[in-house]
Amino acid sequence: MAATTFGWLVLLCPLVGTAVIGLGYKRLPGRSPGWIATAAIGLSFACAVVMLVEILDRGSSHRELTSSLWSYAVSVGVSAKLEILVDPLSVFMVLVVSGVSTLIHLYSVSYMAGDRGYTRFFSYLNYFVFSMLLLLLAGNFLLLIVGWAFVGAASYLLISFWYRRTTATRAGIKAFVINVVGDVGLVLGTFFIFTHTGTLDFLQTFAAAPHVFHHDSTDLVVGCLLLLVGAFAKSAQIPLHTWLPDAMEGPTPVSALIHAATMVTAGVYLIARMHPLFELAPTAADVGAVGGCLTLLIAGTIGLAVTDIKRVIAYSTMSQIGYMIMGVSAGAYSGALFLLMAHAFFKALLFMAAGSLIAAMAGNQSLDRMSGFRRALPFTFGCFVIGGMALSGLPPFSGWFSKDDILAYLNHRGGGFEVMGIAGYMGAILTAIYTFRMIFRAFFGEPCPEAKELEEGHIAHAEVPTNPQTGEVEDTDVGFPGPEHHIAEREWPMKIAMGTLALLATVGGFLQIPGVDDAIRRFLAPTFTGSALAAAEPSNGADWIGLVIGAAIAVAGVAVAYRVWVLAPGTAARVRERFAPLYRLFVNKWYFDELIDLTIVRPVAWFGQVQDTVLDRTLVVNVITGGAVTAVGAVSAAVRRAQTGFVRYYVALMLLGISGVLIYFLASAS
Amino acid sequence: MAIGWYLVVSALIFSIGAAGVLVRRSPLVILLCLELMLNAANLALVAFSRMWGSEDGQVFALIVMVVAACEVTVGLGLIVSMYRRQLPIDVDDLRELQG
Repeated sequence: MAATTFGWLVLLCPLVGTAVIGLGYKRLPGRSPGWIATAAIGLSFACAVVMLVEILDRGSSHRELTSSLWSYAVSVGVSAKLEILVDPLSVFMVLVVSGVSTLIHLYSVSYMAGDRGYTRFFSYLNYFVFSMLLLLLAGNFLLLIVGWAFVGAASYLLISFWYRRTTATRAGIKAFVINVVGDVGLVLGTFFIFTHTGTLDFLQTFAAAPHVFHHDSTDLVVGCLLLLVGAFAKSAQIPLHTWLPDAMEGPTPVSALIHAATMVTAGVYLIARMHPLFELAPTAADVGAVGGCLTLLIAGTIGLAVTDIKRVIAYSTMSQIGYMIMGVSAGAYSGALFLLMAHAFFKALLFMAAGSLIAAMAGNQSLDRMSGFRRALPFTFGCFVIGGMALSGLPPFSGWFSKDDILAYLNHRGGGFEVMGIAGYMGAILTAIYTFRMIFRAFFGEPCPEAKELEEGHIAHAEVPTNPQTGEVEDTDVGFPGPEHHIAEREWPMKIAMGTLALLATVGGFLQIPGVDDAIRRFLAPTFTGSALAAAEPSNGADWIGLVIGAAIAVAGVAVAYRVWVLAPGTAARVRERFAPLYRLFVNKWYFDELIDLTIVRPVAWFGQVQDTVLDRTLVVNVITGGAVTAVGAVSAAVRRAQTGFVRYYVALMLLGISGVLIYFLASAS
Repeated sequence: MAIGWYLVVSALIFSIGAAGVLVRRSPLVILLCLELMLNAANLALVAFSRMWGSEDGQVFALIVMVVAACEVTVGLGLIVSMYRRQLPIDVDDLRELQG
């Protein structure tokens, strides 16, 4: 069978899983929905592996395959096909997504076991994986947009999974609205490109683009900027990032899967997929790189200040995706995709460990309340430290090889990009500090009451379940988090998932050691042939210098964190007082929420109110519809009087009328 | 023979029928008068057919007879059911369909 057949199978498995779990929700007993979902994604991953083998069998110039199931619409100038594109880039992404998804499904089998919406959860989760794979395998803009919108919907469903929690539903709406802004950008960008190339197919578009667009022509730049709007909204880059921290209201496996490992990297994939267009429109690519650079710095500073553990990791996700967007916009494709893979491993691992920690805290997420879990949660502690070291870029973990690959490329490229490289190193030190701040605060120091309870052998349970954000009292019924919590130490599926990811986060970096194997760059090369930027890779020596600098910076960051939170615990408070205005800026997330509220939400709300009172109530209700209703009423009242119910009266009228007509014709005929 | 006389008879029968429909209140008689009007039309059709020497008019006359038979069946059925429900057999009393 051809590689594309397995591409279709990759899509089919999670779709069938969704349908089976969604339709059989009443019949499936116990944890079986979780196992079905895990098996569906596992099968999908197996198909992806076969796809990889098939594609490696072919010569490197024959690794771009398309397959079209049927033509959805063929009309003047538009050919909308259900078409997938299997090339090294999509295979790489599909492997990462389905692999990490399988492990997160496995983790959720235990983690969500106490929840009343267990079946619904897995149906949604499988639906998400299907949408994400559709996005990745899409062979034309049409299917890409469909997948893009589907993942947005899945993200909404899962953020507001606990639908009776008001904070969760509000966060879901926010995420959905901002993602729709991105969808609109993507659709309009597609339009700008389509009007010139006349085709929706990716490969044809890329083939036609150099002939129909000048270098940096206005329409192409506008089109690519609109695509960037889509990418920025999905990947939570400034200024469309405010939904991601709020999305942490969803269950922790959702944060691990959607809001760290897979969906939020769709923007990176989009830019990498569209690289022939972005290379023709360097202005747009530069905007993307600057946006990513700003995001990585700003998110890093916020990560230093917030105290909700999941939000710290969320800001770190934004910051890491900032690196990827910056890299992929500047041309460091293999480095950015390498970081994407490594990030999927270690960030999913961090979220899983955080989930275990939150379970041990009976749902509380505040770092202020956590301390000394080192002995109570040894396995979680180990995983968190491995994830944290990979995130900070300590050698020899995967984050070290990948992030410094991007930064070395930026420094090598020159022409202003060194500034971004330096910003990247500043971001790296922030990353190391906030990561180890989490570790030192949650796992070191005097054990908190919950940790003590766990050391004695039982997990803390809240007397009355409350919303950790607002303190509202909650039920444990459906629509709210379940009554039980599960920690990795006591559940083998969670242990296996976290152990595998910890292993991958540790050794994943060895896939691309400069000068040794370069596996990822060589594997992805067929997708990026003909790209001048991809060819301009730095030498191995420059790569290694970058790696040494990166390692030194990460060690320095960890040392700072150790000094501030372990050796001299009062330092943080002193620094906070010393730089009070700066701290207020960081802890209020640079006032982006307030800024967006002031510049967009309020004016639109005001405009809506004016529309409501002036246009709708006055003009439409009173004049247009009201006037029509009055007129029709008056006319029908008059006509009604003719309807007497006397049959003979009707007959007389009919005779009169027909005679009148006849006489008229007779008179006019003579 | 001139066609005029046929038409005069036809017009006369039609007028009698129309007057009957207008004047009488019993549905049974109204049905009879309707039949008169239809047959007047048939007479005219056959007369014209003969005048032009073609059969079209006669065919139409046959069709009208079939329609008339159907119409009478429905009308009589209505009258019988009105009788069974002990409704007044009077078109002026049956005026619930007013505006």
